[in-house]
Amino acid sequence: MAKTVIKKSNIHISSNGMEKHIPEKRLEVLKTYKIYIGGQFPRTESGRYYVPVNKSGKKLANVCLSSRKDFRDAMESARGAFGGWSGRAAFNRGQILYRMAEMLEGRKAQFIDELIQQDSTAAQAEVEVNLAIDRLIYYAGWCDKYQQIFSAVNPVASSHFNFSVPEPTGVVAVIAPQNDSLLGLVSVIAPVIAGGNTCVVLGSFDKPLCCVTFAEVLNSSDLPGGVVNILTGKSSELASWFAEHMDVNAVVYCEKDEATQKMFKEKSAVNVKRVVLYDKVNWYSDAGQSPYFINDTQEIKTTWHPIENIGGGGSKY
Amino acid sequence: MAKTKNNTLKLQFDTTWNYAPAPESKSIASIKPRYELFINGEFVKPSSKKYFDTINPANEEKLSEVADANAADIDKAVKAARTAYDKVWSKMPAKERAKYIYRIARMMQERAREFAVIESLDGGKPIRESRDFDVPTAANHFFYYAGWADKLEYAFPNRTAVPLGVAGQIIPWNFPLLMAAWKVAPAIATGNTVVLKPAETTPLTALKLAEIIQEADLPPGVVNIITGAGATGAAIVNHPDIDKIAFTGSTDVGKIIQKAIAGTNKKATLELGGKAANIIFEDAPLDQAVEGVINGIFFNQGHVCCAGSRLYVQESVYKTVLRKLKDRLETLIVGDPLDKNTDIGAINSKQQLETIHKYIKIGQQEGAEMFQSSCALPGKGYFCRPTLFTNVAQSSRIAQEEIFGPVLTIQTFRTEDEVIEKANNTPFGLSAGVWTDKGSKIFNMTTKMRAGVVWANTYNKFDPTSPFGGYKESGYGREGGLHGLSAYVNLI
Repeated sequence: MAKTVIKKSNIHISSNGMEKHIPEKRLEVLKTYKIYIGGQFPRTESGRYYVPVNKSGKKLANVCLSSRKDFRDAMESARGAFGGWSGRAAFNRGQILYRMAEMLEGRKAQFIDELIQQDSTAAQAEVEVNLAIDRLIYYAGWCDKYQQIFSAVNPVASSHFNFSVPEPTGVVAVIAPQNDSLLGLVSVIAPVIAGGNTCVVLGSFDKPLCCVTFAEVLNSSDLPGGVVNILTGKSSELASWFAEHMDVNAVVYCEKDEATQKMFKEKSAVNVKRVVLYDKVNWYSDAGQSPYFINDTQEIKTTWHPIENIGGGGSKY
Repeated sequence: MAKTKNNTLKLQFDTTWNYAPAPESKSIASIKPRYELFINGEFVKPSSKKYFDTINPANEEKLSEVADANAADIDKAVKAARTAYDKVWSKMPAKERAKYIYRIARMMQERAREFAVIESLDGGKPIRESRDFDVPTAANHFFYYAGWADKLEYAFPNRTAVPLGVAGQIIPWNFPLLMAAWKVAPAIATGNTVVLKPAETTPLTALKLAEIIQEADLPPGVVNIITGAGATGAAIVNHPDIDKIAFTGSTDVGKIIQKAIAGTNKKATLELGGKAANIIFEDAPLDQAVEGVINGIFFNQGHVCCAGSRLYVQESVYKTVLRKLKDRLETLIVGDPLDKNTDIGAINSKQQLETIHKYIKIGQQEGAEMFQSSCALPGKGYFCRPTLFTNVAQSSRIAQEEIFGPVLTIQTFRTEDEVIEKANNTPFGLSAGVWTDKGSKIFNMTTKMRAGVVWANTYNKFDPTSPFGGYKESGYGREGGLHGLSAYVNLI
């Protein structure tokens, strides 16, 4: 269970000299860790929970053990949010990602505290939070630039204007890195939404505190509800639903577990999902960020239009 | 003069305008009675010792017989490709690779007429299309990708592109030579070697390509071309020493392939089925739109994965468009693929003709109204009248499933939002068409279509520089253009 520290307090003399009796010990308010669907924080519909424990044996919290139905609800929210999010100006998406970074910076201490509870050292925790903030800034900047890197005007031989641009693939179902519970989470969500997709994300099972708190950051960052939906629970229970759901356009999986990788590729065939595996990425390195991560959940659309050939312009126009 | 309403003139093509036959000569096509497998730069007999016939679908006569490759033959081809990759092709300076590919392009251009005739004989497509589209575009594709070979460092900013190794490529029967070019050209330009399997009903132009590759002195094993049916394709997909599968064909087979390569390190690009919406707004230039719709669905007998098979017409112009379409349908000439007058040639195979007939029956059973051209069909061979269906429900199977034949469904709409919803309401996402004179509407529509290729005020245009490929269940990866390079490289 989260720490129930009773803090000591002294008798306080107020400015008018009166003695004020403040209770010696204050009972800390514990946080309920809930899932994040459509901009709301519901409990899992299943009513199930689990209690992750850190290395020293401390219980972290009662955490929602999300079900297939929670995933279904989250998918509905994500699909509903897709048109609006992908239709926003790229510049606006960049501003919102930047806002997310601001909010994360503001709650830095809380994340460091949670990471420490989940077995990080203080130094490690600070590095992870700093990198997570910087990663959001990095992708905020890409929101209105990657299109220029990955698009083309194609010099077709016929009399047509022809261009190819990246577009978001749709709804992406993500199983976030299980170890780097904050940095990994941010590193996989940011490129997906920077590219205009919406997503349903399963956070780390053993270290779930940061993904729920990160949902609170999202909730206060002008990110429309439904763009990012975050579940907590077991990958072994949910992964196959991620792969089988007919409205998921792409899945992202980050672990080295070969059986699960195979399962994703196999079951994704049901509706020709794109399967993205990040099992070799070190999220702490520079290789953990690039516009190519955005490109992984993009489709290239090519548009043709005739160019009229009107005589008379000739060579002298 | 009496008052005449606009748009009531009935076109009369059936009286004085009879076309004299203008058949292309077959004499230019040299077809051997039997073809072996092209492995390691040589034509070798299949270890199965089996051959199967390839016939002319326009008259059901045998053209030749080709080898039926089994798993042992595939293994031989993959070994040849691996050796060529390790020892020669991946080590050759890129600019030299380029020159080989340019050479292939030039030789295809030189023998273009022969290729066109064989393509029409083996596959049934009108000679006008094979002569003016399939063959030149195939040659251009080699020419385009040849130039990329030594310029890859400009294609991927901040990354180095390295080849994947051996690519197994499986292509369909609708554009046999062009699909071979789409597969082989980018693969070898980026330094891979390939094992290519053409479709069992249309193997001849790929085998002629093998002859060119031999003549061009391409190092043995860089391109291997093996023939066979589904089992041969499966042997390619399942071969453990193949690094990449490139497949063009049906969504059903694409899904089987995606499953089959799960748990391996094989990369894949899939170019699968489609059920494209072609949308006419009331402000469109209607005659051009009708011409585009006809081209969209009847090009290559409708054997086109990006065919505009679902027509959506804005209600206010529905009657006019329908009448123009019916008139135009009557003028289409169905018949001998080698005749230069022919608009619609032979259906590729008996099996495909049966599939099309099955769907025409389903359409009628589902309550749609059918209209067919009254044209006569040749007595022999596989032919199908161009067909329209009206009163089609969105849920109707003929509006949901890919027919891959000259069958168009027609539905109506009132608002932009409505037609966007209807057009996207399909598991496919390969292509779409929009007809309107209003620029801002074009961009709204082309942006909202969930499809990889969108034609505005045109349809069924292709170019080596233009990426092609689908969203959703129409597959993934792109072929053509700068984006087509990604399918054959790892970025490091």
